[in-house]
Amino acid sequence: MRITQGTFSYLPDLTDEEIAAQISYALERGWPCSVEFTDDPHPRNSYWEMWGLPMFDLKDPAGVLQEINECRKAYPNHYIRLNAYDASYGRQTIALSFIVHRPPSEPGFRIDRQETSDRRVRVSLHPYATDRPEGERYGDS
Amino acid sequence: MTERMEFGMRPPAGGPAEPPQPAEPAFEPLPPDARIDLAEDGAQVNEILDALDSDLVGLAPVKTRIREIAALLLVDRARARFGIDSGRPNLHMCFTGGPGTGKTTVAMRMAELLHRLGYVRKGHLVSVTRDDLVGQYVGHTAPKTKEVLKRAMGGVLFIDEAYYLYRAENERDYGQEAIEILLQVMENRRDDLVVVLAGYKDRMDSFFASNPGMSSRIAHHIHFPDYTAEELEAIGRLMLERQGYALAPEAEPVFREYLRRRRTQPRFANARSVRNAIERARLRHAGRLVARGGLVGRQELMTLHPDDFLASRVFAEPAAQAG
Repeated sequence: MRITQGTFSYLPDLTDEEIAAQISYALERGWPCSVEFTDDPHPRNSYWEMWGLPMFDLKDPAGVLQEINECRKAYPNHYIRLNAYDASYGRQTIALSFIVHRPPSEPGFRIDRQETSDRRVRVSLHPYATDRPEGERYGDS
Repeated sequence: MTERMEFGMRPPAGGPAEPPQPAEPAFEPLPPDARIDLAEDGAQVNEILDALDSDLVGLAPVKTRIREIAALLLVDRARARFGIDSGRPNLHMCFTGGPGTGKTTVAMRMAELLHRLGYVRKGHLVSVTRDDLVGQYVGHTAPKTKEVLKRAMGGVLFIDEAYYLYRAENERDYGQEAIEILLQVMENRRDDLVVVLAGYKDRMDSFFASNPGMSSRIAHHIHFPDYTAEELEAIGRLMLERQGYALAPEAEPVFREYLRRRRTQPRFANARSVRNAIERARLRHAGRLVARGGLVGRQELMTLHPDDFLASRVFAEPAAQAG
């Protein structure tokens, strides 16, 4: 199952040209881009690992795409996303964040139900991928 | 008349919603026997070339080459209308010439020029020397060079004094690594980046001799000849005009004589020497006005007199023998 986190996540995978167009959109507005990766797909995992620093001084999508491709080469079995940060006063937040690479197969989640006091059920989400240790979660399937 | 704010889907002011726009017609190449007038497309390009002509004095080989590149652009566009696609030409350049001949100035303009011609995407110029590309310790060079190249993508990378990258006598030097990365990017990412090297001719020649790969990747080797006396005078006038000064009529032959004498002296740096001369003349002009005292008007503040040039050391030494 394809995780649906971030922008465009319900669409089919973006091609490199479409990713470059989105990067252009961000750079035109002065939002620096950064690349992050992780192999823990839980929706509350917001701290992905950074691939290098945010590219504050780049003006052209070709450089950002180069970094994305190098991250793909280094971590082919991880999720990779691109963030664009809007620093303007009043926002100062990530303006655009979308997944640019997924592992070859995504096993998905299960719901764990735990009965607590007064027959209440506490529900938690458990990704199947985290059954295995970090780095070995998405082998070639 | 104010519009009422409405939530939700607002129908257009006219009748029912317009039907979706039809898709753009597919590109149809012209029939083989059609004729195109290249001049009609060339109006904007001519404007760029004319601005270049008026801003830069002399530099005939440079202007010729730029005209050819602009003409290639027009021809490529015409070919595209016939459906013939030839891809982007190799635009890497090398500027050689003596000091003060305009290499750096033209390189700065080249980025803007190529962007307006449509050959580079963003048209920004990243100007580096050896220190920005070569690291100080093992493993430092590659990331440093790659960062610079990433910054320059979509624009022009200008490497000044490029021969310092390669130091043959010191085998612990990491310049060779930077050169190799450059060579790879110049070949593979030709569409994203234009590299311009600049330096003195003899040193660039020995640099290319020891790096034949670099020489073959450069499509345009352009030499900047030294300026003639008339060109130097024209440059001087242009500089004065830009800075809001004017030569008094008596000062014009003095300025000409100053240039003639200075050219024969050692370490003459063409346009840079002219600029320095004008700066010194401005200093003497200012000193003269302050020493004279009294009221000054706009005309006096703008006009340079012969004394402002005659006080120079150039006139104190005996004049060189006229040829």
